[in-house]
Amino acid sequence: MSYTEATVQLLSPQGTLVENDTTAEYLPWIEKLDDARLQDFHRQMVVIRRFDIEAGNLQRQGQLALWIPSLGQEAAQVGSGYAARPQDHIFPAYREHVVGRIRGLDVMKIIEMLRGLSHGGWVPADTGNFHLYTLVIGSQSLHATGYAMGMQFDGAYGTGDPEKDAAVLVYFGDGATSQGDVSEAFIFAASYQTPQVFFLQNNHWAISVPVARQSRTPLYLRPAGFGIPSVQIDGNDVLASYAATAQSLDDARSGRGPRFIEALTYRMGAHTSSDDPTKYRESDEVTFWAERDPISRYEAFLRSRGADEAFFADVATEAEDLAADVRARTIALGTRPASAMFSNVYTDAHPVVEAQEAWLAAYEASFEEAGR
Amino acid sequence: MSADAVEGGTAIEQLTMAKAINLGLQAAMTADPKVLLMGEDIGTLGGVFRVTEGLHAEFGPDRVLDTPLAESGIVGTAIGLAMRGYRPVCEIQFEGFIYPGFDQITSQLAKLTYRHEGSQAFPVVIRVPYGGHIGAVEHHQESPEAYFAHTAGLRSVSPATPHDAYWMIQEAIASNDPVMFFEPKSRYWQRGEVDRAAAGPGMHASRVVRAGTEVTLVGHGAMVSTLLQAAEIAGEEGTSIEVIDLRSLSPIDYEPILASVQKTGRLVVAQEAPGNVSVGSEIAATIAERAFYSLEAPVLRVSGFDTPFPPAKLEGLYLPDADRVLEAVDRALAY
Repeated sequence: MSYTEATVQLLSPQGTLVENDTTAEYLPWIEKLDDARLQDFHRQMVVIRRFDIEAGNLQRQGQLALWIPSLGQEAAQVGSGYAARPQDHIFPAYREHVVGRIRGLDVMKIIEMLRGLSHGGWVPADTGNFHLYTLVIGSQSLHATGYAMGMQFDGAYGTGDPEKDAAVLVYFGDGATSQGDVSEAFIFAASYQTPQVFFLQNNHWAISVPVARQSRTPLYLRPAGFGIPSVQIDGNDVLASYAATAQSLDDARSGRGPRFIEALTYRMGAHTSSDDPTKYRESDEVTFWAERDPISRYEAFLRSRGADEAFFADVATEAEDLAADVRARTIALGTRPASAMFSNVYTDAHPVVEAQEAWLAAYEASFEEAGR
Repeated sequence: MSADAVEGGTAIEQLTMAKAINLGLQAAMTADPKVLLMGEDIGTLGGVFRVTEGLHAEFGPDRVLDTPLAESGIVGTAIGLAMRGYRPVCEIQFEGFIYPGFDQITSQLAKLTYRHEGSQAFPVVIRVPYGGHIGAVEHHQESPEAYFAHTAGLRSVSPATPHDAYWMIQEAIASNDPVMFFEPKSRYWQRGEVDRAAAGPGMHASRVVRAGTEVTLVGHGAMVSTLLQAAEIAGEEGTSIEVIDLRSLSPIDYEPILASVQKTGRLVVAQEAPGNVSVGSEIAATIAERAFYSLEAPVLRVSGFDTPFPPAKLEGLYLPDADRVLEAVDRALAY
């Protein structure tokens, strides 16, 4: 429905490698991967899908205020997430749960946020440089670009040392491409030739508005106007996502400037748990994308390479174990003290916040005394 | 107090506020290589008000960034630079151009320390030339400080003198929190004493700048000179007026105001900004709450009108002058 002649696909929906002049540029990235890493791709996609279902259930059962599903976008996220090196910095939007998991984020931090216990609150330095979620659409694109400008001033790329050269990977969606901040990020990135990769997950829907309302041209063509090279990939092909991101990050780390990837994928579920996609889209479209599911094609690929039942059974067990663990830990979550509301509004001392915190403590204490 | 130091020191210079800020920026950049300046036309031109003049030549294009013309981009990339360990100082060319960056300031910069639960500081300064009296076109004479003083996570300050400007810009840059630094542009070219050897009382301290006994006047930025002028006129007519330079708009340092009102019993708050839901409103409400039994008259506000900033030929009617302040003083004394 939205694939174009330019769409790079390394793995067909049937799970066979696509070998032609276009893919010849990307397949060497795949050839470098060992079987263990190729199996990691599958493991992460399956586990996160199971986690996603569990979190959705928890929301329906009143345990979470909201859930943001990633169903259908696993390949775009897993492939790109694995393409980043440890020293790279990743600025997500708010749906890239598996990228965080790949980088070392405990997915419970996402659960805590959507249960109403935090606004994120993880420490990027402890989560593989996976930065916080940003809910104002597209705002993070500028933070990523500023971070990459800092890398440039620090000489953190282009040295030829693969252990040190770093880049920024920033995620956003098709809706975000209409935001001024995203265009401004393109402008700053091109102007300063920052080491960064813009990773657009075109999942075709900005809540209820189709991508056609955001753009009359394929989105991968837009960066050309900003002077940023771009590529469009089949975002439901984890190998294409990995290879295109690896190559783009390599360009960025080498000092060749920013790159842009449009990953064509599909949000199989709702925008969030508060949404009802049956009100605005046709089942034909959903069927089209279901036939291009990221996991089933990759499972076929791995089986063709000799992966055995024991592997798939092991992955299924890990997925069930994580789901059970998340459920148990979610239900066991407590609340947070009032001090969490007042802490870290400012870094340095602030008399107003301190006075209000003290007032609330005295007010609360007054009920305890009255109840005696 | 710096006033004493200025009088007693030997290093006193007569500088404009623009030059004082320039020297403050230079000192901060010299002291800390992580301090960067960002903005439109701030490099080779030195800024439309020349506040950054010479700094591009001294520190180079990686420390003084002539950015693309995009305020949200400036603030948003400054946030990313802060994450990387830099201390960006962003210049918004005129206050009326700040709104394209409003989301990045209020939804992002102001909240990111909170969102990070303290693991990441955001030491970003937003320099904002503001206020009227320069006869300029639309969007070049406004006073938007209440929007930012209202926003948790930001600090907002405004110097009234070159000496304060020199020291407060350095304190703002040293702060680990985001600081909105409002520069009264009509005061850019007024000279005043600057003592580069004697730091002030801290950027969040308000300060009595003229002692008096009958009425207290409070204001910030360019309004302080108007208040001093009004106090001088009133003094000649036999009324003793105390003037307080607010200096900090968030947080507001109430102790000097309370102490003054306990003495005078009368308070007039003056500002160029529209009065509705303004910094002056907040001061009036707080003094009414905290000094009710000291007050001999209602707290009165003298403000710009609740209209858009008018075409420049009308700004003399819009902006409070000494006569408008004295009219309020007379009303306060009539109780």
